[in-house]
Amino acid sequence: MTQLALVIDLNVCVGCHACVTSCKQWNTSGAAGYLSDDNPYGADPTGTFFNRVQTFEVGEFPNTETVHFPKSCLHCEDPPCVPVCPTGASYKRAEDGIVLVDYDKCIGCKYCSWACPYGAREIDEHQKVMKKCTLCVDRIYDASLPEAERKPACVLACPTSARLFGDIHDPDSQASRAIREQGGYALMPEWGTQPANHYLPRRKTAIHLHADELQREDNPLKVDGKLPRPAASDPALDDVTSW
Amino acid sequence: MCPAWSVILLTTLIGAGQGLFLALAGVDVFGEAPARFFVAGAAVALVLLAAGLAASFFHLGRPERAWRSAAMWRTSWLSREVIVLPAFMASVLAWGAAHHLGFSREAVVFLAAVGSLLAAALFLCTGMIYACLKFLQEWHTPLTPLNYTALGCASGLTAAAALAAWLHPPLAPAYAAAALVSGALAYLARLASLARNARLRPKSTLASAIGIKHPRITQIAQGAMGGSFNTREFFHGRPREVLRAVRWSFLALVFPAPAALLLFPQSLALLAAAFAAQYAGLIAERWYFFAEANHPQNLYYQAIA
Repeated sequence: MTQLALVIDLNVCVGCHACVTSCKQWNTSGAAGYLSDDNPYGADPTGTFFNRVQTFEVGEFPNTETVHFPKSCLHCEDPPCVPVCPTGASYKRAEDGIVLVDYDKCIGCKYCSWACPYGAREIDEHQKVMKKCTLCVDRIYDASLPEAERKPACVLACPTSARLFGDIHDPDSQASRAIREQGGYALMPEWGTQPANHYLPRRKTAIHLHADELQREDNPLKVDGKLPRPAASDPALDDVTSW
Repeated sequence: MCPAWSVILLTTLIGAGQGLFLALAGVDVFGEAPARFFVAGAAVALVLLAAGLAASFFHLGRPERAWRSAAMWRTSWLSREVIVLPAFMASVLAWGAAHHLGFSREAVVFLAAVGSLLAAALFLCTGMIYACLKFLQEWHTPLTPLNYTALGCASGLTAAAALAAWLHPPLAPAYAAAALVSGALAYLARLASLARNARLRPKSTLASAIGIKHPRITQIAQGAMGGSFNTREFFHGRPREVLRAVRWSFLALVFPAPAALLLFPQSLALLAAAFAAQYAGLIAERWYFFAEANHPQNLYYQAIA
């Protein structure tokens, strides 16, 4: 069974919000209708987004680290938002594991948003239906696009390639390999939701210098011992080398 | 959570309606009263239930599609409530009509029994809507459906006492006594849930929310400057003092105040005042029930920027 998901590398994300704007652009222009915005140029701009980049500071000054944290629907393998939906508007697709909302069936009761511990669902204040990340379901299967572009808009927009997209049930996919080899983890594992989206942890990049790297083991000076020092009276070309 | 008036009115009104019907059905099956008392009682219960149902529509973004919400009864307690509430209303109507039209004793008792089962099922559905959300730790306890049931029964019995004082005074003292006992039990159960919730420790932390194992994490930005659905729906935004005031007022109004008034079961005015006080207390109780719940998504929305 396929489970499409995003793998987000927190070590690489620079918090530029390109994924947020490209997500908004793609998903406000689609067949499903616009994503509401209110006061976009006013004092309190607000609107419906599928994806947000949040910023956290870890540690205490001066030992702090800034972590940019992109957050969208995690397409849980056991999504708590789906069974609570009274109309069946919220569903998880069997064929690729994407959790979707049928905007024509949603009654806007917001119960699914209460049932999501991640706050991944946002109601559209004008269309009055619940909205969330679709993994760009309207473009990843679009055969009219070049194959390289059949990816979620956020993945294509990321300038640092912090976002990987793939089938995490296929052990050979790039996403699976990244999770396996780079310590990919899920958010709030305590609730058993089994999020499909994974995050790759921050990593420290440090150079470890060992003594044998400063003084090479195969240095001939070491193997044979130091050459005898020339006598002070010996003729020298450069005051160091002795003939 | 941000308390929604539509849901507060829905749960308190139908709770009182269910409790009133159970009080009337109990006397109908095991005691005696004139038919017009039951007919009037059924009418009052139906008014309460219909008002609650009407309030619930204001919670929906798309009320014209409300009929769809009966679809997922296999998995969703909300869907089950949507089915059981109209079924219960129909059975209350049938029971009241049976009394009005003078149906046989067996038919009336049968309808009272069916209605009582549906009332109990509706209490369970309403409570489980909240209790089934496991990461809302304040709600995820058997005390939640128990409190919905106990408080609904208590307010229904108080309403029944007032109704009896008006239409059939010999029954009023018995109803008032039953309202006192059920009110005391409901009060104890609610105190138990308050005590439980005061000792809760949240399972999710900022560390598990973003997966970084560090005791000191602070949010710098939440990705939006003017707030979002996540900040509007899940935060009540009131200072601690307001919460404390609401808690004390519901603790005074749900039982002690109506209990003092229920000691005078001869007076219609005092019994009506007892129901009014208790209902006001239940509104405060329900408001506090929502405001007290701390959703784990709030971890992601600690600071605007």
